[in-house]
Amino acid sequence: MKRVVSLTVNGREVEDIIPDNLLLIDYLRERRGLTGTKQGCDGGECGACTVLVNGRPRLSCVTLAASCAGAEVETVEAQAHGGRLSALQRAFHENLGAQCGFCTPGMIMTAEALLRDEPDPDEDRIREALGGNLCRCTGYVKIIRSVRAAAEELKA
Amino acid sequence: MNVQDKDRARDRSGAWENAGRTVGKPMPLVDGVEKVSGRARYTADLAEDALTGRILRSPVSHGRIVRIDTSAAEALKGVVAVVTGADCAMTYGVIPIAMNEYPMARDKVRYRGEPIAAVAALDAETAARALDLIEVEIEELPAYYIAADSRAPDAVLLHDNKAGNIEREVHHTFGDVAEGFREADLVAEDSFDCAEINHAMMEPHAALAEYDPEWERLTLHSVTQVPFYVHLMLARCLEMDSSRVRVVKPYVGGGFGARTETLNFEIIAALLARKVGGKVMMKLSREESFLTHRGRPNTQVKLKIGMTRDGRITATECEAVMSGGAYAGYGIVTILYAGALLHGLYDIPNIKYDGYRVYTNSPPCGAMRGHGTVDVRHAFESLLDRMARQLGLDPFAVRRANLLEAPLFTANGLMVNSYGLPECLDKVEKASGWAERKGKLPKGRGLGMACSHYVSGAAKPVHWTGEPHAVVAMKLDFDGSVTVLTGASDIGQGSTTIVALAAAEVLGIEMGRIRVVTNDSVITPKDNGSYSSRVTFMVGNAAIEAAKAMRAKLVAAAAKKLEVAPEEIECEGETFFVAGSSQSVLPFHDVAIAALAEEGTINVKGTFSTPIEAQGGKHRGGAVGSTMGFSYGAQVVEVSVDEDTGQIAVEKVWVALDCGYAINPLAVEGQIEGSVWMGMGQGLSEETHYIKGLPAHGNLTDYRFPTIAESPPIDVQIVESIDPLGPFGAKEAGEGALSGFPPALVNAVADAVGVDMNALPLTPDRLIEALTKLRRANKNRRAETREAV
Repeated sequence: MKRVVSLTVNGREVEDIIPDNLLLIDYLRERRGLTGTKQGCDGGECGACTVLVNGRPRLSCVTLAASCAGAEVETVEAQAHGGRLSALQRAFHENLGAQCGFCTPGMIMTAEALLRDEPDPDEDRIREALGGNLCRCTGYVKIIRSVRAAAEELKA
Repeated sequence: MNVQDKDRARDRSGAWENAGRTVGKPMPLVDGVEKVSGRARYTADLAEDALTGRILRSPVSHGRIVRIDTSAAEALKGVVAVVTGADCAMTYGVIPIAMNEYPMARDKVRYRGEPIAAVAALDAETAARALDLIEVEIEELPAYYIAADSRAPDAVLLHDNKAGNIEREVHHTFGDVAEGFREADLVAEDSFDCAEINHAMMEPHAALAEYDPEWERLTLHSVTQVPFYVHLMLARCLEMDSSRVRVVKPYVGGGFGARTETLNFEIIAALLARKVGGKVMMKLSREESFLTHRGRPNTQVKLKIGMTRDGRITATECEAVMSGGAYAGYGIVTILYAGALLHGLYDIPNIKYDGYRVYTNSPPCGAMRGHGTVDVRHAFESLLDRMARQLGLDPFAVRRANLLEAPLFTANGLMVNSYGLPECLDKVEKASGWAERKGKLPKGRGLGMACSHYVSGAAKPVHWTGEPHAVVAMKLDFDGSVTVLTGASDIGQGSTTIVALAAAEVLGIEMGRIRVVTNDSVITPKDNGSYSSRVTFMVGNAAIEAAKAMRAKLVAAAAKKLEVAPEEIECEGETFFVAGSSQSVLPFHDVAIAALAEEGTINVKGTFSTPIEAQGGKHRGGAVGSTMGFSYGAQVVEVSVDEDTGQIAVEKVWVALDCGYAINPLAVEGQIEGSVWMGMGQGLSEETHYIKGLPAHGNLTDYRFPTIAESPPIDVQIVESIDPLGPFGAKEAGEGALSGFPPALVNAVADAVGVDMNALPLTPDRLIEALTKLRRANKNRRAETREAV
């Protein structure tokens, strides 16, 4: 089955014919060309595919695209404005929160949701919020530092 | 960024005399903006209009292929091509003398999950259906999953030419071991069992192959760490002239050694692309990425150490048995490394090593971060601590009693020119509060320490051609921009940034003027790739040499323009002037234009070759372990142990690493944190697990590497010993600290709860078993004591 679905992707209203079994990650990557969202596992294990659906972090690899009818979907590509990095993106860049960069889009999107809810999370809260996002390069030390740095910048 | 914070971590006692304008300061990665913005394109992001490739894998661990029938699959609508072992009769492998693997099995399968056939179809669903339609008949053979079983006298051979299923035996003795043990006051022996582990880099494997039948040319984009090897193996397996092959490495989501060999899916994708005369995307699932494996083998280590009362090591005897999986891969190198790197950390006069690399019916093992050294170092540092305890010596004191004095050559011929281990010991001892806290923590809490080292680039590449080890090309053109061309593979470790920094430092120009182009075989010079922590040392030196050649041309042009001798020209950042004069100052772009007027676009190159004395001993296998310089590390780990659940929490790690000189302290810190943490995964929770050859760990839930929730703060201190051959004095930083973690953990657990753990990882079930055994032993001892009374 396919259906016509209206949704907002990175601020742009779109209407697409979407098969019922199409995953959000495949819709974003293959139909919308938004390859910033990464697939790191076979479903729901690693967090690399995290996007925001109505402002909440969602694993796009276990979300049906059709279930996002009427929703607002945000990916890492929409975080920069006018080519300037968001506070989190800048913090991840400057603090080496990204090494190979593959988990980074998911990390940034999960952290983005956190900072919108809680602008000043402490280390424990960051660990809790990012608990479903795996990274194999950093040992997470500089990821925690990056999120804290972004929080500090947003406060200033 | 908090620069002071970074500087605080550094000891600048002997900084390289000329460096410091650009290098030596924390620098975000030059390709970092692409990564955080989502613009960085990895192989799987390049799929437009490609066919979907999928691989059919063996359902059994060991067997003879009787029949493969692909006719139904070929007849399925939407299937464009099917390939099997019949399509490629050439073997491949990373070691020229041990290429015994076919991209797809031909007569035999040797592990469950080995590729048998592959399809290219219009979409993933059709490809999956086509795999189901391929009929395979296999006559099963007995399968062996651990070395002891495949070494049994009546075991069926995996490879007919490998008697006893042994890929390689190594027997090396240096010094007089028997005499060494006679001199010892204490001789201790123990056995250790380190589980097989996998790299589990975040990006699953992928390759995009494109074949143009008109030009008979092949282009492959892949996740490789060594595009050069892939290039060689594609030409070999497809029996093509290598000039018709092009290999491109896009952004790569980690490697840790998994991608230092050419992998079967890369060749299979190319075979399919040639058959369809077009483009095929081969994306492996996470489970398939685990099956492709090449991880660290299960290693059983028997170790014996002799020690005098004051802690001097007099002799060491070590046996390592590795269950290496079904094919050769890097096996010979791994088993040699394990013995070679018993040397080079401490001053040990007498060392005997026996290594056995054994074939088993599981996915082939390979190189993984800390290649070869980790499990043996684990055994060594664990046993050393237990001996210190028996002799009533402090663990730090025992290490200090056995320090080397650089420069020197080790007993097995390894060159050591710089040695910052003493400073590393001092730093972590102080930072962790060892003297005040060790032995005084409450029960269930403990401190442990260990040391480690690793090579800065293998001094002899496996494909020995006589060429320089690294070549960097550099171009200056009319626009005043400098383009650096390198085949060095950035896989997240920051090598592209190192190349840019080295060029900027020597040329005295702004980073914005430099662009680095990497990893496209039609554009960039050949490079031996990212393995054995070679890139900073070798490619860094080549970049310095290229920049010096470029600078000489600029200085000559400036001299001509200012009508003075070149020796009279001085540079300050992007300006050239006559020494002692403030009158004649030329900006960089003017000098560039003047230089171009002489010869047009300027192209220079720099190379690096390893000195002969760095290439190891003359004995068989003596090249493995040889390097220009070793990194040295010491670390202290603090744990708390829940004796009821067997759960271990790592509270904090203090680590110091001698990386020679930190060209980019930010990346050095990141590498040290990452390697310590990866050692923690191996120590605490990571292990592969097969049920009759079927991986039960093939996903990121069952293969447990630490999440952010259980990952501790890591206090990093950088020691700079300024290696005489290193670029600006630098050595490696990305591997050396890893092998120190598992033994420091084991030693901390012994301190916390009084059990000596000999098997990795220290999962709760293993720890509970050990604690129960200890309680029972204590109870029996108390009972015996009562009876005696």
